[in-house]
Amino acid sequence: MDLYEYQGRALFARHSVPVLDGGVATTPQEAVELAERLGDRVVVKAQVKVGGRGKAGGVKLADTVAEANTHATNILGMDIKGHTVEKVMLTVTADIDSEYYFSYLLDRANRTFLCIASTEGGMEIEEVAKTAPEKVVKTPIDAGVGVTPEIAGQIADQAGFPADLRDQLVDVFVKLWDAFVAEDATLVEVNPLVRTPEGKVLALDAKVTLDENADFRHAENAEFEDKSAVDPLEQRAKDAGLNYVKLDGQVGIIGNGAGLVMSTLDVVAYAGERHGGVKPANFLDIGGGASAAVMAGGLEVVLSDPQVRSVFVNVFGGITACDEVANGIIGALQMLADRGEDVTKPLVVRLDGNNAEIGRKILADANHPLVTEVDTMDAAADKAAELANKEA
Amino acid sequence: MAIFLTENSKVIVQGITGSEGMKHTRRMLKAGTNVVGGVNPRKAGQKVDFDGQSLPVFASVQEAMAETGADTSVVFVPPAFAKSAVIEAIDAAIGLVVVITEGIPVHDSVAFWNHAESKGNQTRIVGPNCPGIASPDKSNAGITPADITGSGPIGLVSKSGTLTYQLMYELRDVGFSTSVGIGGDPVIGTTHIDCLKAFEEDPETKAIVMIGEIGGDAEERAADFIKAHVTKPVVAYIAGFTAPPGKTMGHAGAIISGSAGTADAKKDALEAAGVKVGKTPSETANLMREIVKGL
Repeated sequence: MDLYEYQGRALFARHSVPVLDGGVATTPQEAVELAERLGDRVVVKAQVKVGGRGKAGGVKLADTVAEANTHATNILGMDIKGHTVEKVMLTVTADIDSEYYFSYLLDRANRTFLCIASTEGGMEIEEVAKTAPEKVVKTPIDAGVGVTPEIAGQIADQAGFPADLRDQLVDVFVKLWDAFVAEDATLVEVNPLVRTPEGKVLALDAKVTLDENADFRHAENAEFEDKSAVDPLEQRAKDAGLNYVKLDGQVGIIGNGAGLVMSTLDVVAYAGERHGGVKPANFLDIGGGASAAVMAGGLEVVLSDPQVRSVFVNVFGGITACDEVANGIIGALQMLADRGEDVTKPLVVRLDGNNAEIGRKILADANHPLVTEVDTMDAAADKAAELANKEA
Repeated sequence: MAIFLTENSKVIVQGITGSEGMKHTRRMLKAGTNVVGGVNPRKAGQKVDFDGQSLPVFASVQEAMAETGADTSVVFVPPAFAKSAVIEAIDAAIGLVVVITEGIPVHDSVAFWNHAESKGNQTRIVGPNCPGIASPDKSNAGITPADITGSGPIGLVSKSGTLTYQLMYELRDVGFSTSVGIGGDPVIGTTHIDCLKAFEEDPETKAIVMIGEIGGDAEERAADFIKAHVTKPVVAYIAGFTAPPGKTMGHAGAIISGSAGTADAKKDALEAAGVKVGKTPSETANLMREIVKGL
């Protein structure tokens, strides 16, 4: 889960990383109240999970409360690269002497963590790495040891940070590491980390990604989940315990196993090239089980997407036998009909693997007007794409 | 021969008394796996019955190894306890630990990998979040259905479970030496490269199927390895060509961030290494079938 800047800042504050005083507002009125409390000059920043907000006019300085009001009014509701601004963060300002870059992140390839530090902050670190690679210092972190004050000092020295800031930097680096570990983060990035003219070190930005697999031990971070920004269908699927991602096409997809579903999206997209350019409407992995109840839950979510014109159910019977899956599909359609749902979109079903023959026979015997059984994944994808194109 | 898991492997199950552990221990036994016991410190000394076969429950991996000579452990314990289970297996210096558990925090996976490294990697870790290892007609450690296919000349390595099953099913007329599901998490123990290396050295394996998916750069690194070290024919399939950036596709590791981790980049790297890449699972199976015919 990527956090908003204001959430990352709150998380930093929780671990005593020095940040500027501030808060978050969802209305101009709240922004005014916040500006009054903060006093003096404030910066109003759009809260979106996408870069380039400064260029888009989403970051403004306000010298008066009235100006803060104007900026908050303009920025709230603004569209930045397809993201609507629902919140603004206001903080007091700091004079900046130098801007640095600092992050901890997961290093997948080496199965450990990495620290990236640079004295060239304020811009994209990828850009710095291209133009001045010698200024980007990468240090692998031994997960068994972590970042001790000694290691933090070595990082500061190697990256060429000013010696007079060393004690403060060591303190900040260790606290950021504590936050990274304690919060189960996969990314903690500060850009810029600044030096003020008074020689104080401050984190002026906070980019944090938390590991959702660790949610079970971070009940306190549940508040970071932003339900307003989640697609309503995705939220509904999540509440039902389903792994669903909304996409932008017309063929609804239900399958078992993440890899097979990903593969199904590809095969349907290729088939769509022959059928008016129809595309997959979603990713939905119902997992190994595929009982009637789970299948019904999945069908319900997929069918309630108004863009969906046909549905492709692609199941490989591994642990679950295909006869159970076939019964699940018929049972699910019955369950939805009993609930009074208007199910009219055609379903193409492909069953392979364990007891596939029996499963296919169950579908044939049920002779459901909406269900077409096709034996192979490629042919079934073609049929589903054809039907989606026809239903247009 | 097969890789990592053979008819001689003696298998214990960590979490044998849980519902998943029970279900899959029964299936493994049915598949002919030599399961010799299980571990659960709270139920040590008890016996668990599987269709007439009674297996002992031990207090620790170390005790289970001492009593049974086990050399392989399959982990089914829930995410919150998986880290200590794997570390226990590493401390007991077991040769192979297969971590089936899905949903382990990545800091925990990094921690047990770090621990294994600090012990000189005496313990091979497969997974987490994987279907395990199947050497058809010999042994099965994990949740791969045992009745899809019999033994044969193909070695398979994959991040994904059901795609593995699909490819095994499509090539059931040819058969497999070993199929290794390495798992879809961002941090895993055994990699594509480890499996490619083992298949290259395994006399029974004549050709290799590699299944990858979006996210990370494991397939690109595997391509470099193939170019330099693999003489056996390799066919690959990559899932996620049409996946949009920034959306996690089911597996925690399957996400395109910026320009990294795309299926196209992986396909290009593999083709540059002389690997034939199928557009769909069925096309991939056909490519492999052609290769096997020519062997």
